Amino acid sequence: MAGDQVLKDLVAACPAARPAAGADAVAGVTPRYAASPASVAEASALLRAAAAHELSVVARGSGSRMDWGAPPRRCDLVVGTSRLDQVVEHAAGDLVARVQAGVSLASLAGVLAGAGQQLALDQAPDGTGQRPAATIGGTLATGMAGPRRLRYGTPRDLVIGITVVRADGTVASSGGKVVKNVAGYDLGKLFAGSYGTLGLIVEAVFRLHPLPTAASYTTVSTGGPGPARAAVAAAAASELAPVAIEVSRAARDQPVQVGVLLEGDPSGLAERSAALRELLGDGAATSEDAPGWWGRMEPPGGPGAPGGPRSPGTLVRVAFWAAALPRVLAAIDAAAAAVSADPQLTGSAASGVIYAALPASTSPGAAAGFVTGLREALARGDADARPASAPFPDSPPVLASAVVVHAPPPVAERVDLWGPVPGLPLMRAVKDQFDPGHRMAPGRFAGGI
Amino acid sequence: MIDQLVPAMVDICGPDAVVTDPLELRTYECDGLTSHRAAPALVVLPQTAEQVAAVVRVCAGARVPFVARGSGTGLSGGALPRTDGVLIVTSKMRRIIAIDTGSQRAIVEPGVTNLSVSNAARPFGYFYAPDPSSQQVCSVGGNVAENSGGAHCLKNGFTVHHVTGLEIVTPAGELVWLGDGTGAAPGYDLVGAFVGSEGTLGIVTKIVVKLTKIPQMVTCLLAAFETTGAGGAAVSAIIGAGIIPAAIEMMDALAIEAAEAAVACHYPRGAGAVLIVELDGPESDVRRDNEAVRRLCQQAGSTEIREAVDPAERAAIWAGRKSAFAAVGRICPAYIVQDGVVPRTALGTVLDKIAELSAESGIRVANVFHAGDGNLHPLVLYDDSSAADTAAAEELSGAILDLCITHGGSITGEHGVGVDKSRYMPKMFGADDLDTMQLLRCAFDPDGLCNPGKIFPTPRLCGEVPGARRGVHPLVASGLAEQF
Repeated sequence: MAGDQVLKDLVAACPAARPAAGADAVAGVTPRYAASPASVAEASALLRAAAAHELSVVARGSGSRMDWGAPPRRCDLVVGTSRLDQVVEHAAGDLVARVQAGVSLASLAGVLAGAGQQLALDQAPDGTGQRPAATIGGTLATGMAGPRRLRYGTPRDLVIGITVVRADGTVASSGGKVVKNVAGYDLGKLFAGSYGTLGLIVEAVFRLHPLPTAASYTTVSTGGPGPARAAVAAAAASELAPVAIEVSRAARDQPVQVGVLLEGDPSGLAERSAALRELLGDGAATSEDAPGWWGRMEPPGGPGAPGGPRSPGTLVRVAFWAAALPRVLAAIDAAAAAVSADPQLTGSAASGVIYAALPASTSPGAAAGFVTGLREALARGDADARPASAPFPDSPPVLASAVVVHAPPPVAERVDLWGPVPGLPLMRAVKDQFDPGHRMAPGRFAGGI
Repeated sequence: MIDQLVPAMVDICGPDAVVTDPLELRTYECDGLTSHRAAPALVVLPQTAEQVAAVVRVCAGARVPFVARGSGTGLSGGALPRTDGVLIVTSKMRRIIAIDTGSQRAIVEPGVTNLSVSNAARPFGYFYAPDPSSQQVCSVGGNVAENSGGAHCLKNGFTVHHVTGLEIVTPAGELVWLGDGTGAAPGYDLVGAFVGSEGTLGIVTKIVVKLTKIPQMVTCLLAAFETTGAGGAAVSAIIGAGIIPAAIEMMDALAIEAAEAAVACHYPRGAGAVLIVELDGPESDVRRDNEAVRRLCQQAGSTEIREAVDPAERAAIWAGRKSAFAAVGRICPAYIVQDGVVPRTALGTVLDKIAELSAESGIRVANVFHAGDGNLHPLVLYDDSSAADTAAAEELSGAILDLCITHGGSITGEHGVGVDKSRYMPKMFGADDLDTMQLLRCAFDPDGLCNPGKIFPTPRLCGEVPGARRGVHPLVASGLAEQF
């Protein structure tokens, strides 16, 4: 390795480039090099140098979710965004912020709160407080959103401009810093949730929202999927403007908790919370504080648990049409029972997203069997809320999906983490255009992209 | 050449759905932007997605360009036909396939009009949020192509925020679903990339849209100011107070005068600007915000404030605003509707500069705009019988876009680029930006047959290496491809 010409070229492009260490590993794959560019220009030069040597490249933010997605097929260079850490512009009067990819959600929140504003994306709690704070780039790349997606949407809904470095080092932007803008294709949407497979996100512009004056959580414990759906539907169909409607169930024989977040004027909030308790029925209670399970998509002891190796369980995200909640829970229960598993369930019921978390102690065969069984049920339409008026050819072929967000390697080897994907051939065509050498996070994404 | 396609098209769509008569073809020669005209060689009006796919396959097989058209209300020439191509009109595809209020979703065909989605959902307590001002006639398919907004997108977002699944016909003629209606389908967000692509990535044949709960309370307030600057200060104060109204619209003196003459909207006499602020949501919040808005308008120097308490009064307030474009048409022989965006905080400066440009050129400009999100619609008034006047108006209209770009804004907030503004794209984006966007185009439409000539000023052939061009592209020279 002495006189390593590749390293010399990388260092020439980005002085902080270095041989990789064990801590740079991506989902068990150890890269040869690591670099943290300090500017967009450095990032561009770095990727140009990587292209010249045909290196495969994986982006890294804080590293909090490197175990998400499939392990890369190859990983020669890890590009960290930790030094792209500037809030470039916060135009408070325009409710807009331009932010570099390495800024953490938490530090951005601190800056914005000074002006009574927020980027309305939830940071997933990890139950341990040990996970590093997610970055802007990582949140965009994974499309991560929490309970408040019901009101504010996901990263793709809030990003209004993006700057990326393509596999060949080309720096390109789309959108801008005004919320209303339809000039040109919207690459921000394309890169949101693309897991680093199309290029390196270096900067993004977001639409902001005012921080609410007050918030309240109203929760009720329900007897099972049917009553839970009734509570969710009542809240969703109400005029109370819920910001989030969540459900949680610790185990199959446990009650389903339903929680509703309201935001707004403090005096009105009391009134609306009272109305909400009426809707949710006996036992509903309101608190200023979120219940312990709120947004907790995986139980404590998950990734990043102190003292232990990073041996997370299996986390599956099930997306569905909201009216199908009882059928979705039934399909999950049946698939789990078939392999004697019992996942914790948490999710945004009114947005049609549920996370099923299997503990690390679940055998790889059982975890893989759960995913496969669940997908078979979804493919049969077991979890469809197919409107009776929409016969098969007139609606999407399947109205639900099950994606493995992360899994221990023995599970990931047994099952395709992404499952069937609508429009996959077009996605491959997009990948081929943006990254013809398939060097950006190869294999990490749906369909082996 | 295209005549040879007629029998195949008749086979697919039926004789009544294929237009070849030159006079009838002329009726399709432009969309809402009438300054660009081109009669299509052939028009087809398919009734099903399968027919659209078959029509596109015929076009692709013959390497004939095709353009999709909904209701033809677009304002940037996005549906401008090709004289050597086929125009595929989706207006016969107008089934509302399903309303699923439990999932807050509807499935509709592209020819369904925007307002009819809301009308179908209203009995259940829901509506379809994007509301372009042409919503009575414009189609949802067209809304998808243009990522349409409307007066209320300040709070509710644009079409892209309300579409969770699309069935499209690819430029190769394949029927494909993008997304599954959940809004959380695995893979790239091709729904997000497709919405707003102005018909250049394929033709949409079914759309899954989100339905939104009708708010508990709506209030509407009209505030008069001496100047647009004072009105703009009120807008900043409202947003600065953490209030996100459903809509904030502004009109200047000339627009008010025109609206008064046209529909007698009885806005306060002598006002230099009026602001319409609509709030919606839970009653308690709306009441509180309404009081705050009233106070902030007064502090900003409002000379008169009126409030609508019922739908009829609300409609009366909106009447002037909604009539503004047509009303301006009555006080001048011709006008250009411009569509540009500036950061909200730059509104005052930009309006002053527009006024200066107007004074210098002697061309009048009436301003009607979505003030909450900085989306300007300056109406540039001119006499189209005078070549000098016409040229001056076009120059002024272009100068307004330059102002928007200089102030960090956009050349279009909701009307799209189409053919009208493609020449401004290089002022807003660099060559690398445009080349990168073109990659998406090449992924969907490598042969460049789907609505060619729109959005991009100098599109490249797919596969061409970016950089300096050297002579004629070999595919062009050999007659295998056309530089579109």
